[in-house]
Amino acid sequence: MTTGLAIDLLLAASLLWSAWRALATPDILRAVIFFIVFGLLLTLAWARLSAPDIALAEAAIGAGLTGAFLLDAIGILRGGRKP
Amino acid sequence: MKRMAVVLSAAIFSFAMIAAMLELPTPVVNLSDVVAAQMAASGVHHPVTAVLLNFRGYDTLLEIAVLLLALFGVLAVAISGTKETVAAPSPADAVVQTLARIAAPLMVLAAVYLLWIGAHRAGGAFQAGAVLAAGAVLLHLAGLLPGWGPPGIRLRVGLVGGFLVFLAVAGAMLAQGALLQYPPWQAGYLILLIEACLGMSLGLILAGLFLFLS
Repeated sequence: MTTGLAIDLLLAASLLWSAWRALATPDILRAVIFFIVFGLLLTLAWARLSAPDIALAEAAIGAGLTGAFLLDAIGILRGGRKP
Repeated sequence: MKRMAVVLSAAIFSFAMIAAMLELPTPVVNLSDVVAAQMAASGVHHPVTAVLLNFRGYDTLLEIAVLLLALFGVLAVAISGTKETVAAPSPADAVVQTLARIAAPLMVLAAVYLLWIGAHRAGGAFQAGAVLAAGAVLLHLAGLLPGWGPPGIRLRVGLVGGFLVFLAVAGAMLAQGALLQYPPWQAGYLILLIEACLGMSLGLILAGLFLFLS
């Protein structure tokens, strides 16, 4: 019980931390990476809440696809690659 | 000073939200009991899949329609923007290409597994479609799959196929009584058919959001 509680508290703290870092980091690439980290931590949180369906969707769409979109957008913004 | 005020108001708002969540009255109807009681008639063994594709199938039908509309919006922007030839894939690192070549078949396998396992446990068409789309995006970023130009007839059929099959099943059920009310002895097969078409279409739609624009 106490181990589970410790994991949950650690998870909640790292969620808040990664969310804050994603918003506050001046470097946009770092912000995107923190966003992906946030998505993966959120996946763990959903799994801890015994909602594996939402965890799967969050991992695939929230962290994976959205992260790829954002990274691609950075690539277009930075390099002269035309969309 | 300004930052302190923002942090303070955000904290107050968060605590108000948490307090509101804790104050929520217990619902009059316990929905999980209702779902559990009807599971035998749903045709599948996983409550989430039963709710998504049987009990609340109408919501899922509209969900795929919304995704399709979003893709039409992307197509309107992407195709009018790039009249010339489709951009060649940008070259990538050899290690990345090799890894992508190894990962892509495994991702297809994982997608099919997620689709099939949806009847019994966590999984289903949306997760399978997302994994398929992620595989396509990975191949594109590794420079192995070119971006998509204006879609041909096969791609169009693939994109709208899931929605049309779902709509056709809904229409056929409507002729027998109510919209999306499957007869219990056919429910399992109908859900598998809908999920398979939805998974393929969702994979193409989600990949299209990325590949039509690149």
